[in-house]
Amino acid sequence: MSWEAVIGLEIHVQLATQSKIFSGASTAYGASPNAQACNIDLGLPGVLPVLNERAVELAVRFGLAIGAQINQHSIFDRKNYFYADLPKGYQISQFETPIVGQGTITITPENGRSRTVGITRAHLEEDAGKSVHDLYPGMTAVDLNRTGTPLLEIVSEPDMRSAQEASAYFRQMHTLARYIGICDGNLAEGSMRCDANVSVRPSGQTEFGERTEIKNINSFRFVEQAIEHEIARQIDVLEAGGKIERETRLYDPDKDETRSMRSKELSNDYRYFPDPDLLPLSISEAFIERIRGELPELPDARQQRYTSTLGLSTSDAVAISSDIDRADYFDACLAAGADPKQSANWMMGELSAYLNKHDVTMTQSPIAPALLAQLIARIDDGTLSSKTAKTLFDALWSAGPAGDVDELIETLNLAQLSDDGALTQIVDELIVANPKQFDELRSGKEKMLGFFVGQVMKATQGKANPQQVNQIIRDKL
Amino acid sequence: MSEYSSLREMSADLAKGAYSSVELTQAHLERIQTANAALNCFISTNAESALAAATKADQQRAQGDQRATLGLPFAHKDIFCTRDILTTAGSKMLSNFVAPYDATVVSNMAAAGMISVGKTNMDEFAMGSSNENSFFGTVSNPWDHTRVPGGSSGGSAAAVAAGIVAGATGTDTGGSIRQPAALCGITGLKPTYGRVSRYGMIAFASSLDQAGPMTRTAEDAALMLGVMAGFDSKDSTSAERHDAWLDGVVANGIAVLDRPLTIGLPREYFSDNPNFGGIEAAKTELEKMGHTLVDVSLPHTESAVPVYYVLASAEASTNLSRYDGVRFGHRCEDPQSLQDLYERSREEGFGAEVKRRILTGTYTLSVGYFDAYYLKAQKIRRLISEDFQQAFTQVDVLLAPTSPTPAFEKNQLTDDHVAMYQQDLFTVPTSLAGLPAMSLPCGFSNGLPMGMQLIAPAFREDLLLELAAQYQRQTDWHLKRPEAVV
Repeated sequence: MSWEAVIGLEIHVQLATQSKIFSGASTAYGASPNAQACNIDLGLPGVLPVLNERAVELAVRFGLAIGAQINQHSIFDRKNYFYADLPKGYQISQFETPIVGQGTITITPENGRSRTVGITRAHLEEDAGKSVHDLYPGMTAVDLNRTGTPLLEIVSEPDMRSAQEASAYFRQMHTLARYIGICDGNLAEGSMRCDANVSVRPSGQTEFGERTEIKNINSFRFVEQAIEHEIARQIDVLEAGGKIERETRLYDPDKDETRSMRSKELSNDYRYFPDPDLLPLSISEAFIERIRGELPELPDARQQRYTSTLGLSTSDAVAISSDIDRADYFDACLAAGADPKQSANWMMGELSAYLNKHDVTMTQSPIAPALLAQLIARIDDGTLSSKTAKTLFDALWSAGPAGDVDELIETLNLAQLSDDGALTQIVDELIVANPKQFDELRSGKEKMLGFFVGQVMKATQGKANPQQVNQIIRDKL
Repeated sequence: MSEYSSLREMSADLAKGAYSSVELTQAHLERIQTANAALNCFISTNAESALAAATKADQQRAQGDQRATLGLPFAHKDIFCTRDILTTAGSKMLSNFVAPYDATVVSNMAAAGMISVGKTNMDEFAMGSSNENSFFGTVSNPWDHTRVPGGSSGGSAAAVAAGIVAGATGTDTGGSIRQPAALCGITGLKPTYGRVSRYGMIAFASSLDQAGPMTRTAEDAALMLGVMAGFDSKDSTSAERHDAWLDGVVANGIAVLDRPLTIGLPREYFSDNPNFGGIEAAKTELEKMGHTLVDVSLPHTESAVPVYYVLASAEASTNLSRYDGVRFGHRCEDPQSLQDLYERSREEGFGAEVKRRILTGTYTLSVGYFDAYYLKAQKIRRLISEDFQQAFTQVDVLLAPTSPTPAFEKNQLTDDHVAMYQQDLFTVPTSLAGLPAMSLPCGFSNGLPMGMQLIAPAFREDLLLELAAQYQRQTDWHLKRPEAVV
């Protein structure tokens, strides 16, 4: 029998706010344990939450970016359960009335067709703290720094049909989140985590099979591996005549397997109800329009512009537009007057190679867009050959932001010799010095042209314009 | 200085230098020493910080500070977090809890130069109508030590009634300021929900909790309200508004009521109750003062008590989840697991009434019961609110009894929870509607004080205070004192 997988993801995006969603404590990563847990985060008697407006702005920004309905009226609920790293004994979340309603996002899996994935909803909530079980033998340590960090939980429709699609969706969400500046996208620090709901059904069947939930996956690779594994496991169970239990499973990347965490049937009754400490959240049309005005040009629109208006190849356009830093760098090159195709070539070629080699991000590049644009301009005006341009690029990289294109061309003597008189003199001297070779050339031995051009290049340390040298020699014949 | 001086009188005495704030504070601390053994109305005192604050107030006065509130002693209900001073909420759970911060009400009072001399006893987590649910023991009613002072702000009410302090803060969720005020023969004001910040006030039921003053006179209630109230960005449910009368009330006192009011008598609150002699006389008095009394109806009144116990318990059940033995408060000995830590810390730390409400609230929020209890109660809450809105289209204020009985004997109702809950019959509807209400002494039944309640539209405490002040100029029920306090 052939099987079809059905996958939906819940992605928790840590919103890039300076302070927590309901308190003024810092959200910065890496502080010593509990240094960033204020009275409110600690859930002390008497404290009250106050909503961080920035978190609301970022949630609305996301909603607008996926073309979703923004609910002007939404409610914060308490999700009640006891855990040592949940100080209040409840998490403030949004249950029945989330801030962001239905939207869509387009994904393009590697070697796959583009498809549209539905977003069911996205809601604001606070993160819990961390329990550390392996620090002190026989005890659990609790670090509440993460408590109250604003999260946007993005729930997809069960629209994905393979682990590759799920991974592409996660990637696309990561790209978008960074693009619109709602999240720093740092997976290693847990800035984006996802839970995957996975089920399988016989191909052609319309109703869904029983699903399991894989919790807390924090890398693109693990999403794919974990789901791949879970699909295979479910098919094995079903083909052996077994039944899938609704349960929560944990992916162990070391063993490449998922294992049962807890059965959903035994799970908590969260006793959701509206948090009486917070008024219903009301946002105005004007607020939404202001956020809309602040949205950057989105990847799809940029890609469209790069191919249709600027004539880039689809692969270059996708590569550049999919990363906001790359896209901004590219647009800055254009703004500095550089040719789009040459900019793309240099970015995807030399610049990418140097960034990789030196493990530097696009925004930290010692060669700013304006410098690259200047370098390209010197190629366009014939000052640089493609060879000397690469030498200059290397020199600019070393010189850093203070590097000056024209000064370096001068210092390193990189300008092409285009002066007829000087080149003609060199050619004349070479003819005198190599009469035999010149006779052979004159008698039609074309190979000798290369010999003379080579000698000129040698004499000029590669700075002569080869076309011009060719022409001068031909004129001598 | 007399034990029964009002805050306003002490303010005048301080202003003319009859005594210093240090002397006054010292006298208050001595009164606590003498009277508390019999009444048990204080959980803790803070002589050192009180005297330091009084010294500072005297210095400020010497430098020309003429604020009416400067250097006036008072007491805080032990539900307000006070930095470096024990805050217990009447519970074993917090019997060791010292807050690292001040509640907004606490800092407001301190900023006004008022001096907290101690923290008053209360029903555990403000759950109760008799003050018998305190881990620190029952408070005695100064009028009869065999009787309860009411609750949950029983310690504050008793301390004021006994002349230990002229004013104390209280909190009212379903009647916890007004009912003990009535049972102890003092004046208690529950402001409009949102008028006074809840930040730092240990939560019982967040959508209902509201702090207010407990004093002997309406003038003193106004003085304290003027200090306690105000918008607080730390409380999302705090009302951001400016009322000129409130901004000026500390300096100017209560304005004289210059017009006759139409006073509504909700039919559902009155009956042939033999305890209601006082309020019947008050009706006559109010008419003599030129006001018109009309009958009105608040048809959903009888649902108020069950609705209140569903909603308040639901909120309480999750508000009290933070008391888990992990970060502060009572922790059981030698926990064997996280589950064991939770179970034993909460089993040992909470009293019976608190557990009853946590269980009730957890039940009503559970899957399968939520719609039938919580949601339904919310709907009825709206109807109760609309009853009042409707009534206020016809009348300026409402007059009602505060409690059905005067102070009852200790242990009389402890096994009859429903009868105990009926103590709140006349006070919970206004709490559910978030309206301001005030209890004033209006006479006696069997030698025990009875209270009457004035209820106004939202944010119209000015009406309550003006009418109460007028009533107190014509009558002297608020000046009656219990005979033998100690």
